[in-house]
Amino acid sequence: MLQARDVTYTVNGNTLVAGVDMEVRPGRVLALIGPNGAGKSTLLRILAGELKPTCGTVSLDARELASFTAAELARQRAVVPQASVLTFPFTVLEVAMLGISVPGFDAAPAQVKATALEALGAVGLHDLASRLYVHLSGGERQRVHIARALSQLSAPSYHPGKTRCFLLDEPTSSLDLAHQSLVLAAIRRQARSGAAIVAVFHDLNLAAALADELVLLEKGRIMAAGPPSEVLRDDLLSAAYGCRVLTNRTPGEGKPFVLPPAIFQASAPSGISDERITATQYPCH
Amino acid sequence: MTAALRAQGRTGRDESSASARLLIGGAAIGLCVAIFLSLSIGATGITLASLPRVLSAMFTGRYEADVAREQLVLIDIRLPRMLLGMFVGASLAVAGAMMQGMFRNPLADPGLIGVSSGAALAAVATIALGNSLAAPWIKTFGAYALPMAAFVGGIATTMILVSIVSRQGQMAVSTLLLAGVALAALNGALMGLIAYSSDDRELRDLTLWMLGSLSGASWPKVFAIIPFALLVALVLPRLIRGLNGLLLGEAEAFHLGIDVERTKRAIVLVTSAAVGAAVAVSGILGFVGIVVPHLVRLLAGPDHRIVLPASALMGATLVLAADILARMLLRPAELPLGVVMAILGAPVFLHMVVKRGMAGG
Repeated sequence: MLQARDVTYTVNGNTLVAGVDMEVRPGRVLALIGPNGAGKSTLLRILAGELKPTCGTVSLDARELASFTAAELARQRAVVPQASVLTFPFTVLEVAMLGISVPGFDAAPAQVKATALEALGAVGLHDLASRLYVHLSGGERQRVHIARALSQLSAPSYHPGKTRCFLLDEPTSSLDLAHQSLVLAAIRRQARSGAAIVAVFHDLNLAAALADELVLLEKGRIMAAGPPSEVLRDDLLSAAYGCRVLTNRTPGEGKPFVLPPAIFQASAPSGISDERITATQYPCH
Repeated sequence: MTAALRAQGRTGRDESSASARLLIGGAAIGLCVAIFLSLSIGATGITLASLPRVLSAMFTGRYEADVAREQLVLIDIRLPRMLLGMFVGASLAVAGAMMQGMFRNPLADPGLIGVSSGAALAAVATIALGNSLAAPWIKTFGAYALPMAAFVGGIATTMILVSIVSRQGQMAVSTLLLAGVALAALNGALMGLIAYSSDDRELRDLTLWMLGSLSGASWPKVFAIIPFALLVALVLPRLIRGLNGLLLGEAEAFHLGIDVERTKRAIVLVTSAAVGAAVAVSGILGFVGIVVPHLVRLLAGPDHRIVLPASALMGATLVLAADILARMLLRPAELPLGVVMAILGAPVFLHMVVKRGMAGG
């Protein structure tokens, strides 16, 4: 279990994360949502062990994160950062194989390659394995980094009793619809196989579709936490994002979904309409 | 070969292990040829054909006419020169590859960003102030005084550079290059100041040395660099994984289980040892550290398991080849090795800059 207790992070007098309490159990998906600058990425970096909290503690399986060495941590958790810059001519396969280069994994070369290829297949990049990373599009690059983290998670020497964590910062920001669902499916598979997952999302609908629990952050504080149906509420979102937000339900499953305010504002030029946009008008799955 | 390079640049690479084996094998053969030529060619016309005679004379102690002269040329002049050339080439190429990995920038080079000039400044100061301020230093370290001074100068410059560049979190390419150029200029100015206060003979020595040359090679110099070579050779294999991770970024390297700060400290230490010792015996040689790793990455990809050994082999070959040219072009006079290296390396570097500009990088 990955657990944060009263985590605060202050830099140059600015408090980016304030008094955050949260936990993610193995097999569960938690999505961090909130407006720009709410502290989502900072909180994710704290959970990854990359930043040390100013106050409070983060622990993994009841052991404080600060007491892990980098290698110990890497054997238990993988991270997909928001953006990575890679100027050297690695091939796609080579980047994915770096995920299994963690000290202590020491897999046989054939196994390393097979694991990396499998991870690339999971994000639809199998055919591009020998292409140079620098020649890929933004969305393809994002999937390469997801594949790298997936190979790290499926490396052979994970200790069975320990929680595996998968932390992702906006993993679908550059992806088209088809690849969004591919990546979401890969994340869900990791959850089913027992990983504890924390992902930052700007797209509230993707967050609601994927996560068991949403944590809505605003100015570094948790404004609401719970299942998507409890967090995606008009009043909470409107207050957090500082604009009128309308939520609705998908037909069938009844999952909440949100449309950007501009869409319904455009249809009501005289002012903000309170009328609900029906799911039949804007089908969204 | 150019066509093959271009094709690889456009599409990608299939199996890096095959091209890597080919590259390392080719570089090893190239180095053997360079070693042979380096020992065979020289102003005196003595070739390796004399070697059996020299060796038998050394073992039996019976010297015929001319053998003593052949021994002097082969064993006491060309052999240490060849060994130093190999060390300098391998060190500079490996140091370049490591700096480029640490700064995540293929244009980083110990010569370009001031590390070499920092080492040179310390060495020049040691030479020029040998009878006054630096006397205790020389007394303490003896034959190692010059390489130690160069090592300290290199490490100081690298640490200043790292602290300037990492202050902004991400190591910005432009900050690195500008800070490096400024440090190199400052070091150059201080060396100029020392040169200004030197007499004519010292000035000629210093100038030649700043241009880079292996002409002063001797056995004591070979022995003086052995500890540095050992340090580099021992630490280098432990840095491979860290360097590969660092190519993705510092945060990503940490995610992959690498102790980033420790790795960076080790890289600074090893590059400074390599560059410091190289500068101490050969002066400033530019472009080895930038051209060689670039070619290696072009042929076999950026994996440091290949880049480091292949760069060492190719760097050694390149410096030996350039030294042969330096000795032969104006025979019996000798061109400074640094001049030959710059003439060979600068166009390649310019080509890289232009390619980079076109790629928008």
